[in-house]
Amino acid sequence: MTPLSLEALQFAYPGQPPVLHGIDAAAAAPAVIGIVGPNGAGKSTLLDLIAGQRSPTAGQCTLGSQPVHRLPRELLCRQIAHVPQLVPADVPLTVEQVVLTGRLPHGSGLFESEADYAAMEQALLRTRLTAFRGRPFAALSGGEKQRVLLAAAVCQAAPILLLDEPSAHLDPENEAAMWELFGELKQTGHLVLVVTHHLALAAQHCDRIWLLNHGRLAADGSPCDALEPARLEQVFRVPFHWHQNPDGRVFLTYGH
Amino acid sequence: MATDPRRPITARLAVAAAAALAVTVLTPFLGGSGMDYGKLWRGESPDWEIFLNLRVPRTLLAFLAGAALSLAGALYQAVLREALATPSSLGVTSAAALGAVAAIALGSGEEAGFPLVWIAALAGAGLVIALVAALGRIQRFSSFTLLLTGIALSGISTALILLLHSLAGITRSFQIAHWLMGGIDAVSYPVLAALAAAVALGAVWSFRQARLLNVLMLGEAWAAGRGIDHRRLNWQSFAVGAWLVGTVTAITGPIGFVGLIVPHLLRRLCGPDYRLLLPLSLLAGGAFLVLCDTLSRTVLAPVEIPVGVTTALLGGPFFVWLLWSR
Repeated sequence: MTPLSLEALQFAYPGQPPVLHGIDAAAAAPAVIGIVGPNGAGKSTLLDLIAGQRSPTAGQCTLGSQPVHRLPRELLCRQIAHVPQLVPADVPLTVEQVVLTGRLPHGSGLFESEADYAAMEQALLRTRLTAFRGRPFAALSGGEKQRVLLAAAVCQAAPILLLDEPSAHLDPENEAAMWELFGELKQTGHLVLVVTHHLALAAQHCDRIWLLNHGRLAADGSPCDALEPARLEQVFRVPFHWHQNPDGRVFLTYGH
Repeated sequence: MATDPRRPITARLAVAAAAALAVTVLTPFLGGSGMDYGKLWRGESPDWEIFLNLRVPRTLLAFLAGAALSLAGALYQAVLREALATPSSLGVTSAAALGAVAAIALGSGEEAGFPLVWIAALAGAGLVIALVAALGRIQRFSSFTLLLTGIALSGISTALILLLHSLAGITRSFQIAHWLMGGIDAVSYPVLAALAAAVALGAVWSFRQARLLNVLMLGEAWAAGRGIDHRRLNWQSFAVGAWLVGTVTAITGPIGFVGLIVPHLLRRLCGPDYRLLLPLSLLAGGAFLVLCDTLSRTVLAPVEIPVGVTTALLGGPFFVWLLWSR
């Protein structure tokens, strides 16, 4: 799969100080990478830049050797599926119709093809949404909506998924299922970049962590290295502790 | 299994097309003054000439105008993601009216017809779209801000129309007042052909965007992540809407509420899929204005009510009901 590379990536909104300062990082499939950091650290902006939805003010993000913001949009969206943090709550479409929007980069004809419907069936199955297929999107809970958007991203069949806080409204059962799905996607050769505030789950499920602080990459490494308690305390200004269960599993807690 | 939308869309469009055709074919036979259908059948004067040169072109103009206004309304509602958006609420109708009134007030009288008024109305509509586009480039506007800007622009255009009206001589002043009421009059077949071509161009372009407009319902960020250049789609839609509204307004004068009532009602009846909603808006909008025009020329016959008055009297209460039932 084409590797993703961030080279001295910088971004500033017009007339504002930079949101991101010289980010250098690289990623290749298969992997699950957690992007963590305090509010306002630049996590969502970083995803926007990787998705080609914003142009960097300096540096570049490349897919293979091509800067992503210069790639034709349809081609880029066949490589990268981006799930933003927010969509309108009152979208008057059914679950099926929302999931099918993920097929647009594969053919912009007026109607979806048989292959598009087959991809939708698979995506509904993988995200455990088959029973929800005919329901109005607007009538779903926040967590269910996020699962539907994830299903649309899966339906997009892009090898790279960028997910901005996909588990923000999920209950523990669905959150666990979502992280399991990320693992399954990795098994099928995907690269999943997921912005999350759930450091413990990121530590448990991610292969690598990008820790952002004030628009800079404060750490890039394995969960144990990147989420080192002293560094986390410096970034989040609360104490963190690693613990180990009798069965050997490690987990992270924070607070005094 | 998933439902393929092709079959229900085709079936509903076939029913709508048949209904619109029936309305358009039958209404020229109705009128305030009695018609001798025997003479008409035999092609004898004056009934045949009245039918062919007055009633048929008038009905066709009503259909094309209603179709264009309704389609433009559906298009604006799609890109603004606001079910209450209309060409009027963006200021396009008033600006087109301002252009046309300026052409009537400042033109040499003989020239103040089609296509000078058409060009002036298009220029007015285009100016508003360019202004809104320029403002949008300076700062990213929400659809709410765009609508408020449209209301302000509409107010400015109305003020300038009043100024031109007050400065115009008595003859021109009457022409302006009559034109501003909005009306469907018989026009020549070449003008109808030009209008049909303009509406067809806008309609074909709009229908081709229907699937993209469906994706845009999930917001601009989502649309961008599915490969849509949402800024280009927005401004092209505004421009095509202005083209449709400007063209119709030049010929008929401002006709309100068609672009609001028809798409909104259809959305409630048939769902939000623009692959159905856009062509359905075109057909139903056309049929709606043909019926309104028929009412206008028959209810108080031999006096004719301007069709803009009929659509406003039907549309005003509907608009209030819509606001209170949301």
